[in-house]
Amino acid sequence: MESAAAAAPSWQHFSHAADIGVQGRGRSLAEAFAMAATALVAAITDPAAVISRQSVSVVCAAPDREMLLVDWLNAVIYEMEMRQMLFSHFDVAIEGTRLSATLGGEPLDPERHQPAVGPKGATLTALKVAEEGGLWVAQCVVDV
Amino acid sequence: MDLSPFERVGDTVWRIPPVGAMRVPAVLYATEGLMRDMDDKVFEQITNVASLPGIVKAAYAMPDAHWGYGFPIGGVAAFDPDEEGVISAGGVGFDISCGVRLLLTGLTRAALEPLPVKERLADALFAGIPAGVGSQSAIRLSAKEMDAMLTGGAAWAVARSWGEPADLARIEEGGRMGGADPAAVSSRAKERQRGQMGTLGSGNHYLEVQEVVELFDDSLGRAFGLAVGDIVVSIHCGSRGLGHQIGTEFLRAMALEAPAHGIRLPDRELACAPLASPLGQRYLAAMRSAMNCAMANRQILTHFLRQVFRDILPEARIDLLYDVSHNTCKEERHDVDGKSRRLFVHRKGATRAFSPGHPDLPEAFRAVGQPVLIGGSMGTFSYILAGTFGSEVKSFSSACHGAGRAMSRSQAAKRWRGQDVVRGLAARGILVRSASFRGVAEEAPKAYKEVGAVVDATSAAGLARKVARLVPVVCVKG
Repeated sequence: MESAAAAAPSWQHFSHAADIGVQGRGRSLAEAFAMAATALVAAITDPAAVISRQSVSVVCAAPDREMLLVDWLNAVIYEMEMRQMLFSHFDVAIEGTRLSATLGGEPLDPERHQPAVGPKGATLTALKVAEEGGLWVAQCVVDV
Repeated sequence: MDLSPFERVGDTVWRIPPVGAMRVPAVLYATEGLMRDMDDKVFEQITNVASLPGIVKAAYAMPDAHWGYGFPIGGVAAFDPDEEGVISAGGVGFDISCGVRLLLTGLTRAALEPLPVKERLADALFAGIPAGVGSQSAIRLSAKEMDAMLTGGAAWAVARSWGEPADLARIEEGGRMGGADPAAVSSRAKERQRGQMGTLGSGNHYLEVQEVVELFDDSLGRAFGLAVGDIVVSIHCGSRGLGHQIGTEFLRAMALEAPAHGIRLPDRELACAPLASPLGQRYLAAMRSAMNCAMANRQILTHFLRQVFRDILPEARIDLLYDVSHNTCKEERHDVDGKSRRLFVHRKGATRAFSPGHPDLPEAFRAVGQPVLIGGSMGTFSYILAGTFGSEVKSFSSACHGAGRAMSRSQAAKRWRGQDVVRGLAARGILVRSASFRGVAEEAPKAYKEVGAVVDATSAAGLARKVARLVPVVCVKG
C-alpha cells in the first residue's frame, strides 16, 4: 500500500489488478470522504502539487453511505473532467446520506502536474464505508 | 489462484461445476501457469457471474482473466432475454466499446529506418493525436450533431469526411451499431464528451506504429494483407467520457433497482437489470450509443493519423484491416445444444472472434475468419489472430484481449522512472511520446504480463489462431 501518513486523517491506495483502490481514513465520515477524494487525485498527480486557487461546490445524495461515497467520487471526477481542473482541498459536510462540499484546486497544467491517468468512474468493487477502531474508513476501486 | 476447486478438462480448459447459487458451470481457458498466476478474485467473480439469472451454458474466462468489477476482465457470459436473462453495466465496463483498430500502411520497415524520419513521424503523431489526461481536439459537436454521432457511429464520421467509405466494411457492425438511442444518454454524459471526439484518452490507451516481425500462418497473413517487415498502426481507445458517464450512471441505477426485480446479488458490484425491464432496455440503448461514440472516435483518430502520414510519409496508403471492440454486450445468435438462440453476449475485456463463414463477417474475411487484435504493452509484442470454427462452441466466439497487468500502477511508478523507460525503449528502437512521464512509468513494459503466454494459451485452447506478431516502433501513450 502507498500511504501518505500513518496517523489520521490519511489516504492510501490499495492494489487492484487493472485499476486502483482509493481509501480515506478520518475521525469523521466527512474527513474520511475528503481523504478518499485526495487518494483519487493522487492516482492522477501529486496532490501537494495542486494549488487551491479556485473553488467549486458539489452536492450529492444517495440511499446509503456506500453509494454516497461512489456518488461523491464520481462528482469529483466529473468536475475535474468538465472544468479541466485538479483539486487538492476538500471541505466536506455530511448529514445523513446527503453531502455538500467545496473543492479547491486549479486548472490542469500537463507540464507541471504530469497527470498519469484520468479516472473513468468509481466502482462498487471493494466498496466499504465503516467505522473501524475509532476511525472512519471510506474506500472503493476506481476504474482508470 | 488456488486450483483445487477446478476440474481440469484439458491442457488449457478448467471447469468449476455448479455449486451453491451457480446456475451453470464456469469454464476458464488458460495454461496451468496462467491459472496459478491469476488473482483469486477471478474465481470469486466468475462463479458470481455463473449465478446470474438467465445465463446460458457457462460463464467463461479467457486466458488473460483478472480481477475486474463484478465480472472479471476477460469474462464472457451470454444471457437469454426469454429466460429472465439480465444485462450488466459492470459486465461491459466503464469504457464501453473500448477496442483496437489496426491499419495497414503499405510501407515496410525500410521507410522508417532513417532515424530522422522515425523521429519526425513520432513527433508529428504526438502533435496530431490528442492524447493524455485533459486532452481535447478542436472538434465541438452541437447537440444535434452529438445525437447524429450517437446513432451514426463511424458511418457518421465518414459522412463528415473523417474517413473513407471503404473503412466501414472493415469495422464491426459496418461502423454503426443499430438500436442506439441518444435520448437514453444523459446530458452529463453528452457534456463530458463535448470536447473529447477524436481523442485517445489516457491509461493503457495508445497509438502505435508497429512492424510485422513474424507470420505464423502465411495463408492467413496473405488474406489479411500482411507480410513480414510491413509497417502497421494500432489504435487502442474507447468511448471516452461519454461511455464512462453512462457506465457510472447505469451501474448505480442497476445496483439500486436490482432488489425490485427480485435479483439477489452476491455482491452489489454485479449490478444488473433484466433485459426485458425498462432499465435494461434503456441501458442497451445508451450502451449502443456509446459503441457508436467509440467507433466514431477511432474513425476520427484514423483521419488525424492519415493527415500525419500524408505530411511525413506521403507514399503511405492507410487502409483499415479491422476494428474490433472488447468491452461490449451484443445481441447475437448462437447454437446452443443444436438450437439457434438469440442471446446477449457480454464480453468484458474479451474480443469477439467469429469463425470462417460467419454471416456477420465482412466479405473479405468470410473464408478465413475474423481478425482478432490483441494489444501488448509498449515495449513488447502485439498479436493478430483469426477466429476459428471451435470458438463458437467453446466461448460464444470469443478470445482474449491483451496481457493484463502484472503489478499495480503504484508499484510500477515506484519501480521505474518514466524518463528511464523512454530512454531504454529508444535504445531498442522504440520511440515513445507521452505528456506524462509518470504515466509512462505506470505503463512500463514489465508492469504487464507476457502477452505471448496469453496468446499461446488462446491458440492452444482453440479460441483463435495465431496470424502475426508485431513489435512497436513508435508509441504515442495516452
